[in-house]
Amino acid sequence: MIRKPVDVGDPDRLYMVTGGRSEADDSFDLVTLVVSESEPTQGMQSEHVRILELCRHPTAVVEISAELALPVTVVRILLGDLHDMGKVSARHPRAAASVAGLPETALLQEVLHGLRNL
Amino acid sequence: MGSVTSELPLQRTPLADAAETGLKIVVVGGFGVGKTTLVRSVSEIRPLNTEEVMTQAGRGVDETTGVEQKTTTTVAFDFGRISLNQHMVLYLFGAPGQERFWFLWDRLFSGTLGAVVLVDTRRMEDSWYAIDRLEHHRTPFVVAVNRFDGDDRRFSLEEIRQSLALGEHVPMIDCDARLRSSCKEVLICLVDHLYALALSQEGTP
Repeated sequence: MIRKPVDVGDPDRLYMVTGGRSEADDSFDLVTLVVSESEPTQGMQSEHVRILELCRHPTAVVEISAELALPVTVVRILLGDLHDMGKVSARHPRAAASVAGLPETALLQEVLHGLRNL
Repeated sequence: MGSVTSELPLQRTPLADAAETGLKIVVVGGFGVGKTTLVRSVSEIRPLNTEEVMTQAGRGVDETTGVEQKTTTTVAFDFGRISLNQHMVLYLFGAPGQERFWFLWDRLFSGTLGAVVLVDTRRMEDSWYAIDRLEHHRTPFVVAVNRFDGDDRRFSLEEIRQSLALGEHVPMIDCDARLRSSCKEVLICLVDHLYALALSQEGTP
């Protein structure tokens, strides 16, 4: 008997949502803030509609993932589509990837200030 | 606000429209050590949960069929949020330290400011792997010892440092993950550490 590899979860649903794609747009970080640039339109895929509704205020990729109950990769694919269509804009984190791997002291000072004021 | 349990709104609270910079801090530690409790204590939203999946072609090839096996790795993690000011928002991730999680580290947590390793003195061995991996990824971290009820401080921080084979440069702090004020101190301890590191790096061009 030939056993096929078994995937856990429900990959069929994920493939439906993404149109069969599994390669995500890596430009969307977990904490990239996404903002809708237009309202949902008739006939739009339901996940796209939900993202546009959620992102009327800035919303991080990871929050979209949690709200839609979809893995981060799937959300990145959907966001890539919306971005290509000009429906959303993205505010990428500036802390990422300095040459030395450490953020600037000015940024850290701002973080400290914010934490102390909690 | 030192309350033991903070009442978090049930409704989703949107970020300020001016929010533009998202930041990450990761809390790692063994099962049941209090990661979620810590996140909940300082978060302005009820902690949310999500997952990431990764499908990889397996290394082993099934010799009878020649079909390459695929493995799907699913890692669940929860997170909370702290608006630091109108422009900056800090996301706090509670992540399991088990092996498969580290496959996804680069994809999920590259660019993270730093990490908090949360330690339970009854199961210190749960932290070894996390510490090893953070060092491997060159992620700056601090070690926070969650003093549960009944932890009569049998082990001092210095004893724990020795047990974890931590260098002197790694800050350690006692905490109670249920207390907002205590968790705030842990985060400040980490960012202070990052600040000192960044400062010394800027000073040596």
